[in-house]
Amino acid sequence: MDVSVKRESLEAMRVFDLATVPLRELNSALHTIAPGTNDTSFEVVNPRGSHSVAVGIDQPVTVEVRGSVGYYCAGMNDGGAVTVHGSAGPGVAENMMSGTVVIEGDASQYAGATGRGGLLVIKGNAASRCGISMKGIDIVVHGNIGHMSAFMGQSGHLVVLGNAGDALGDSLYEAKLFVRGEVKSLGADCIQKEMKPKHLKLLAELLEKAGVTDVRPEEFKRYGSARTLYNFNIDNADAY
Amino acid sequence: MSYHNPYTPPRKSATFDDYTLAEIRRAAATGIYDIRGAGTKRKVPHFDDLLFLGASISRYPLEGYREKCDTSVVLGARHAKKPIILKTPITIAGMSFGALSGNAKEALGRGATIAGTSTTTGDGGMTDEERGHSQTLVYQYLPSRYGMNPKDLRRADAIEIVVGQGAKPGGGGMLLGQKISDRVANMRNLPKGIDQRSACRHPDWTGPDDLEIKILELREITDWEKPIYVKVGGARPYYDTALAVKAGADVVVLDGMQGGTAATQDVFIENVGMPTLACIRPAVQALQDLGMHRKVQLIISGGIRSGADVAKALALGADAVAIGTAALVAIGDNDPHWEEEYQKLGTTAGAYDDWHEGRDPAGITTQDPELSKRLDPVAAGRRLANYLKVMTLEAQTIARACGKNHLHNLEPEDLVALTIEASAMAQVPLAGTSWIPGKGGF
Repeated sequence: MDVSVKRESLEAMRVFDLATVPLRELNSALHTIAPGTNDTSFEVVNPRGSHSVAVGIDQPVTVEVRGSVGYYCAGMNDGGAVTVHGSAGPGVAENMMSGTVVIEGDASQYAGATGRGGLLVIKGNAASRCGISMKGIDIVVHGNIGHMSAFMGQSGHLVVLGNAGDALGDSLYEAKLFVRGEVKSLGADCIQKEMKPKHLKLLAELLEKAGVTDVRPEEFKRYGSARTLYNFNIDNADAY
Repeated sequence: MSYHNPYTPPRKSATFDDYTLAEIRRAAATGIYDIRGAGTKRKVPHFDDLLFLGASISRYPLEGYREKCDTSVVLGARHAKKPIILKTPITIAGMSFGALSGNAKEALGRGATIAGTSTTTGDGGMTDEERGHSQTLVYQYLPSRYGMNPKDLRRADAIEIVVGQGAKPGGGGMLLGQKISDRVANMRNLPKGIDQRSACRHPDWTGPDDLEIKILELREITDWEKPIYVKVGGARPYYDTALAVKAGADVVVLDGMQGGTAATQDVFIENVGMPTLACIRPAVQALQDLGMHRKVQLIISGGIRSGADVAKALALGADAVAIGTAALVAIGDNDPHWEEEYQKLGTTAGAYDDWHEGRDPAGITTQDPELSKRLDPVAAGRRLANYLKVMTLEAQTIARACGKNHLHNLEPEDLVALTIEASAMAQVPLAGTSWIPGKGGF
């Protein structure tokens, strides 16, 4: 290991100070975890808005990021548990496969874009296009989300404790959306749907998984696809 | 005296010709625009409008079959730890499993591997068969991100970020429900039988500054091993090439309007984008202006059919070419062997372009298991390998005649144009003159 990477604590948490250590060393270390090792805890300090922090994780490591990050933090995460003690720039946890990503602050555009699995928790607000083209990821946002969120969402769940901006769920496929607050407007082919017992159960599980204890599933409304745009019909052209 | 009006034959309008009239009636009857596969069918200035000069007193040729004419190409050495090394500069363009049958994808992989070149995934992800049969496989990173995952990124040999394609710069795609089998649906995380929209923009970046950050992310995920290509349609080749280089691309793939698609609107294919011939020189100029010609490689595609086309593209400054439509024809697309069945579909061999409907008699642009069985991937792969080798030989033949010991030594000075249009686009003189329109003041 490079001398600039220092070990701290009895748990052998490896600390990467991005003020002095190149990003490449952090990501390289995350990609070269020996199978069966106990040396799986990482801490990143002074991220200072760096892009691509902790991307391409493919082992069950934990990463604590002390500060705010730039684009694509935890991109394509597959099995890692990444916590950002700050805010995240665009595309946090994009295309996540599995694992958990928690943002203590706010997230910029495209949070969880095209995610296929795992759980993304944003404790602040998320900007526009949260969950765009989501493909199986679960996203829980404590605050509000911006416009065009879950655009073309294919599968997975988006849970919003606050409000949603314009055109929620535009051109939605099978992703399921739950919003506790107000929805400014729904996008093409997105409709409010009945909250059945099975949905309440599902939502309760999602909230529990995300560590949300102070709200009840009954406070949410459910939104999904009307499925009228699934096969092209010229008489639907006005919908676009 | 009686006057007899002499017969005059009926005159049809050049503007409202038979095809145009039929299209108006079709639109009126169906209420939908025409969707089809392949590239533009209109005649545009092309490589046919260029000729090589060959050797003369001032240029001596190389001996065929005796003196070496190298055809190898290295792609991606700018930043990647593991650049791609190919025996021939003719690569196979991105085509998806979904648009193509599994057997067709396997045939492309087999043929490319025998010929020592690369093949490319498409909008739908990477299949194990494709990976297994392709020695060198380029993995496309597309706006839809269908099938995208980090494991496949790592088992790819290169990554191609697709911004656009020549058949439809600025357009996405649509895989109609008829072609969505269980396997295709599963790979794309969507229900079976519904139309699958392929987005026209990437979901998590817009513009060249974002692209630079996206490239950084992909490099970090793959530990800087893989060459990263950026593919653009023929729209603004000078600026697109310059911006791709600025964003950190190792390779720029530039696809002219003759480049094919699995399915899009005919109006889009025929009216958006520029001919391949018009794209090459501006792209090369951008590379030269940045001091990056031959450092960032340029792959040209869209209407490459023969070794002559390859040689001409390389002479204009490309490092390699890609073929899509021609590769499908080599493995059996539009073969007259199936004429009777093409007739039943209301078309004829050579004109069949309803690739999106999934009823391809040749078993190539289909997911129908019975039709797919018609294509033997081993024999079809062999045909593709033969074709690639013939094209390589043809390009070598021309290069030797021009006195070049590597295809990359071909240069614009070896070429003349047959038409003013081609002369202006390729920026080589009109044959028999020293005139290039737009150069030298008029």
